Amino acid sequence: MIPLSHYLIVSAVLFAIGTAGVFLRRNLITILLSIEIMLNAVNLTFVAFGRFAGDLDGQIITFFVMTVAAAEAAVGLALVIALFRHRESLNPDAFSSLKW
Amino acid sequence: MLALIPLFPFLGFVVNSTMGRRLPKGVSGGLASLAMLASFAVSVITVLQLRGFSPEARAIEQTLYTWIASGDLNIALSFRVDPLSAVMILVITGIGSLIHIYSTAYMHDEVDSEFARYFSYLNLFASFMLVLVLGSNFPLMFVGWEGVGLCSYLLIGFWFKKKSANDAGKKAFIVNRIGDYAFILGMLAIFAKFGTLDFQGVASAVAAMPVEAGFGILSLATLLLFIGATGKSAQIPLYTWLPDAMEGPTPVSALIHAATMVTAGVYMIGRNAVLFSHAPETLTIVAVIGALTALMAGTIGLVQNDIKRVLAYSTVSQLGYMFLAMGVGAFGAGIFHLYTHAFFKACLFLGSGAVIHALHGEQDIRNMGGLKKELPITYWTFLIGAIAIAGVFPLSGFFSKDEILFETFVEGHKLLWTIGALTALLTATYMFRLVFLTFHGERRHDAPAAADAHDAHGHAPAPSHGHGSGSHLHDAPPAMALALIVLAIGSVAAGWIGIPHAIGGHNELATWLEPSFSAPRVAGEAAVGEAAAEEGEAAETEHAALELTLMGVSLTIAVAGIAFAYFVWIKRRRVADNMVREFPGLHRLLLNKYYVDELYDATIVQPIKAASTEGLWRWFDVRVIDGAVNGAASIVDGSAGVLRRLQSGSVRAYAGSLFVGVVMILGYYLWR
Repeated sequence: MIPLSHYLIVSAVLFAIGTAGVFLRRNLITILLSIEIMLNAVNLTFVAFGRFAGDLDGQIITFFVMTVAAAEAAVGLALVIALFRHRESLNPDAFSSLKW
Repeated sequence: MLALIPLFPFLGFVVNSTMGRRLPKGVSGGLASLAMLASFAVSVITVLQLRGFSPEARAIEQTLYTWIASGDLNIALSFRVDPLSAVMILVITGIGSLIHIYSTAYMHDEVDSEFARYFSYLNLFASFMLVLVLGSNFPLMFVGWEGVGLCSYLLIGFWFKKKSANDAGKKAFIVNRIGDYAFILGMLAIFAKFGTLDFQGVASAVAAMPVEAGFGILSLATLLLFIGATGKSAQIPLYTWLPDAMEGPTPVSALIHAATMVTAGVYMIGRNAVLFSHAPETLTIVAVIGALTALMAGTIGLVQNDIKRVLAYSTVSQLGYMFLAMGVGAFGAGIFHLYTHAFFKACLFLGSGAVIHALHGEQDIRNMGGLKKELPITYWTFLIGAIAIAGVFPLSGFFSKDEILFETFVEGHKLLWTIGALTALLTATYMFRLVFLTFHGERRHDAPAAADAHDAHGHAPAPSHGHGSGSHLHDAPPAMALALIVLAIGSVAAGWIGIPHAIGGHNELATWLEPSFSAPRVAGEAAVGEAAAEEGEAAETEHAALELTLMGVSLTIAVAGIAFAYFVWIKRRRVADNMVREFPGLHRLLLNKYYVDELYDATIVQPIKAASTEGLWRWFDVRVIDGAVNGAASIVDGSAGVLRRLQSGSVRAYAGSLFVGVVMILGYYLWR
């Protein structure tokens, strides 16, 4: 049986990839996708812990996260489209007018 | 029952102040007068009831409720009438009623709302004064004490569109406030010493103590109370507000000078007679201040040219007499003079009001003269008042003034007696100067001085009558004449209840007042009293001779004063002018009231003004207070200028700081 630490390492790597994507990419859609990767990394951790602890809580919470992620994706993409129509750009650095 | 006495005028105040502007003059004035008359009726019933008791038991007390209860301090809202306050309530409500009736005619030129405002103040004034004399403890007296101060401000500044009236009102209020401050301190000293503020309680506590030698807590407390009295009763050094109070309507002056307000200080000392007689140091000060005030005000009154100002200084002078009496321990004589003075001073003030009314606001006696024929009622009543104040037998002023001078002499204050006698001479002289210049001789109404004098002392805006219609004058209308005649009768007869033993009287007033000036009866004290009475019996015959001599002296003085005035201002008008020319310095000194106002202005008013402007405004307010407020704002402004750079608008930076924060928090929990 694959030990728990392997799952956690994979999930940490996925989370790091997602974080790096959020910070480094210059495309809003890619950033959204990176956020999805981070969420799924967390899901993986939940499921792994749940499996090893021997109860269903981890899987239940994963379903919640997936539902919220779907909603988040819908809202996020709608915002991206609205922003794109406004500025003709998907670069997050173009949207910095909310400041002093 | 007792509560009704101040309540009636108070109701009048409430009605007139809330609905008065919609009421016609007849209703608002009539209502106010009726309230006073009702109060007078209740007072009379109360006093008659009091007469039915035995002399020691003559007191009615009514407690309405506990006003303040806090630890040791327990103050009831309770009224108490005893012989002393009985005299006071009769004077206040009786003479107050007459002044109200008189005012309905005098103030008739005012518009309805002003008329109602005037009467609401007048009623409130009487109400507070009644609270003052009926209160059975210091704090309740202080309520009335402050209330009359407020009403004096409102009434003196009644014609508030005139700057001088406003200034005079403020002056009265502020000068009184100085005295009130001392009064509060005195009250605190008494509470600290005796643990009670009830007059009866304090009196019985003091009676158990020996008379204080030297200057101790009793002297301090009484001295502070006396400073309060100097403010209210216009004595040196706080008398300057009273002559300026002439800016108010004339009946107000009569009310302030005769029935209410200025008598408060004298009453307060009489109320605390036991306390004061245990502090001989203070009594000496009271007597000296009283005598000095009497003399000083008398000399000023000799040269003033405003009819009301002469009367004002004569009030200050007569109040000096009352304090002299209080100071030598002749409390009965002081209250007697207060009571007779109320009649003739009210008579004189209302008479002067009638003159001013007839002359449409003229107050300068240099522009009067020869009014005797045209204003007969005013003339005769004024003359009676003047004779009474001068102290001619058998009018009221003679008996009371003589009793004061006699007591002063008997107590061994020869110097004070001399001052008092000299003042009596001055009183007779300046009063008859006033009578002769106003009513006798030739009419000087259209003298050149008239124009500017009219501006300076213009009384009510009296639009209906022109200044030029002076050839035919109206004597006092019925309401005014009624008040004048009643007061003139009072000026003649009021003294007859205090005819001394020496000329076959019984001095009923002194006997009546006696219980109020001694402590509540304690066992064993009665014997001492009897012994003193026996001793008194022996001295009686000796005193009688002395008293008769002194009476002769004071009568001579009064007649001499009148004769002098007659000689100078009727026979030889030149003499007066010559005297002015002979002693220009003295005349100027007196005309300018010893420059006391200027002195106070230079030593107190201006330094306070300068300190307030430079210190409190320019430095403390601008630098410290504004500095603190502006400083707080600029600290926020400065730090925000630095912090706002954090809000860059870049989403990436926000996410980065969020991430770093999470890592740091997790790191802390993992590696701590």
